[in-house]
Amino acid sequence: MGQEIHTIIIGGGPAGLAAAIRLGRHHRVLILEKEAECGGKLNQWDKLFPDFEDAKTVRQTLLQRLPENVTVQTSANVTEVAQESGKWKVTLQNGETHIAPTLLLATGFEPFNAIRKEEYGYGIYPNVITSVELESMIAKGEILTREGKKPQSVAYIQCVGSRDEKVGNHFCSVNCCICAVKQSIEVKQLLPQANQFCFYMDLRMSGRNYEERYRESQEKYHVNFIRGRVSETSVTANNQILVKAEDTLLSRPIKMKVDLLVLMVGMEPSPSTRQFAEKLGISDPYGYFVSQNSETADNATVHKGLFVAGSAKRPMPVPQALKEGEAAACEIAGYLSDNL
Amino acid sequence: MKSFGFNLKPTRTYDIDTQNDLCAEIAEKVPSFRQCMFCGSCSGTCSAATHVDFHILQYNILFRRGLQSEIADKLDQCMLCGKCGMVCPRGVNTRAMIMEIRKILSNHAK
Repeated sequence: MGQEIHTIIIGGGPAGLAAAIRLGRHHRVLILEKEAECGGKLNQWDKLFPDFEDAKTVRQTLLQRLPENVTVQTSANVTEVAQESGKWKVTLQNGETHIAPTLLLATGFEPFNAIRKEEYGYGIYPNVITSVELESMIAKGEILTREGKKPQSVAYIQCVGSRDEKVGNHFCSVNCCICAVKQSIEVKQLLPQANQFCFYMDLRMSGRNYEERYRESQEKYHVNFIRGRVSETSVTANNQILVKAEDTLLSRPIKMKVDLLVLMVGMEPSPSTRQFAEKLGISDPYGYFVSQNSETADNATVHKGLFVAGSAKRPMPVPQALKEGEAAACEIAGYLSDNL
Repeated sequence: MKSFGFNLKPTRTYDIDTQNDLCAEIAEKVPSFRQCMFCGSCSGTCSAATHVDFHILQYNILFRRGLQSEIADKLDQCMLCGKCGMVCPRGVNTRAMIMEIRKILSNHAK
């Protein structure tokens, strides 16, 4: 019994790693990560808003802080989660099972699949890309159209897959506004000649340095913010994208041609999040986890010994996902001392 | 040509690509021009706007979008009282902005 695991964490992203760092000091923790390495969506990102912290450094710092009591198992695809005589049993695809008194689900999100918003032409017109693809271009330090040219004009569309009944997502994805501000600053640094336009409905800048960066993007990087949701796009003979929207502050339709159109895709529950939320009966209408009480028990669930953290609950930026993991670790430690 | 008794109305859509962008020109003189976040507090407090059709926020946006011709004859309604600048949460020097837009437009009209 000496080697009994106290907590199984499914998902080795920011929330899962932060929880393991706290819990691992006094408890034995097993992280099950389905990808080949931990880090979650940090692995797909270059710099983080608002301070342009390097995502790889953040990931590295988290991994270095993992205490010895934490075991990480990567490429571990969890197929089943069940409560069995007061404990949690986790079954992997290869048939392997693990049992622990507590289970933390930190299974995260996935970017909205922009193909579903057909009117924006993603997957149809070559020069319509997502914010995820732009991020990898920024990481390489080279922003090019499909024809291999440096774009002279770039437009960003906010709320792609968010605040949209047509795709079943009423919620705000929180991170896209700030991501557009960040990426437009980086694009301007790489392409000083480029004109940039950002189509928005509301700009939600609610954190430390958020508003300041937004202001900087206008003042210093000359990003042109236009209030209005783009209604449709089409393509020109030379593969430029024709954007049509309502300039709602002028109450007048606007159109423009741009070389590169970036869709700021929202966040949806990851397939694992959806699967476990449904299986365990803790799903909100979108497939995110519902906590026991959004004010006073936001990492516990209605099931004893089952905890949730991070962007598997709702869209949130990295620092909040880290705090989520730490908060969940506190709740789990309390639960373990009460019940073991 | 046969008259059918009706005309086509010109499009209300504006094409930003065909407009003349003078933002850089005004931002050089009034750097705070770029800081506007379109809240409308300037228009809300405008003492001219309560009596005449004067819309300083809209003029800022029209200028940004390159639709300067639509505001050329409207700017004279401003009394330059400066209330708009006092309420602006982003510190736009609105009075200087009006003055500079007037100058730029009259220079371009020459």
